[in-house]
Amino acid sequence: MAGAAAPILPETATVYWRPRLDAARLRRRGRIWTLTTIAHTIPFLATAALLLALEPLSFPVAAVAVVHAWGIPALYANRGANVVRPRPRAAAAPERVAAGLLGDLLGHEARALHAGTGLALECGRLGTWLVGEAGALLVRPGGRRVDCWCVKVDADLPSGDRTAHLLLALREDEQGFATVANLAFSGAARRVRRRLPAAMRPALDAARARA
Amino acid sequence: MARLIRMDQAGHTTLAEWTAGDDAAVEAAVAAFREQLDAGYYAVVSSGEGHAEQVRELPLEADLVILRRPIAGG
Repeated sequence: MAGAAAPILPETATVYWRPRLDAARLRRRGRIWTLTTIAHTIPFLATAALLLALEPLSFPVAAVAVVHAWGIPALYANRGANVVRPRPRAAAAPERVAAGLLGDLLGHEARALHAGTGLALECGRLGTWLVGEAGALLVRPGGRRVDCWCVKVDADLPSGDRTAHLLLALREDEQGFATVANLAFSGAARRVRRRLPAAMRPALDAARARA
Repeated sequence: MARLIRMDQAGHTTLAEWTAGDDAAVEAAVAAFREQLDAGYYAVVSSGEGHAEQVRELPLEADLVILRRPIAGG
């Protein structure tokens, strides 16, 4: 999808300060995300351990610290899952027209998956994408890690058109698409899966199987 | 017949249709195309799964040219 001679997504000009995202930068960002999460978690766990070591009766306070240590990564994962949550619908007729156009852009398998889950599956060089209305999930090769991207079109459009906008931009320039989008979460696919609406989970399963 | 469509609140709107031999239709399509690009739209030709190309001139040989708005990080 992207290469030396590939066209550049014009929207990258609006984020000129960001280096173009490639596989190596993506891996680095993932590692930084994991380290940051650990840095948020360790102090709470250390506090809990210290409290218990100094005074076992401080167990309730230590428990609160452990809940914080668990809760912070959970909140991040929830934020990641939220990028593909469905947005409010337009009227029925525009939704139908937009769904028809999006269906024309997708292959048979991806069209069926979108009809059931609301997410459009697209294979790229960085991994397997699931494109929603206001964000996308990138399942990395191997299927264990997912990057959640917040990216949207600023216009009042039916849901199918919102997805089609992102899908076309992704197809134009995958690295540019990831450069423009904001990273909302990077981590284990199973953590995102738990927080996705149940109807969307088969799409993530399919993307993990492809990745 | 080739079509130039714009994704909008109606789902999409067909702005122009043309065939290679119809000069008047081609001229009208080119004018509509330029007007939309001036209005801030990007024109894309999707050539199957995984491939799409942004175009700055109306590709007369394409079956479908789609106009989209810019995207941005949320």
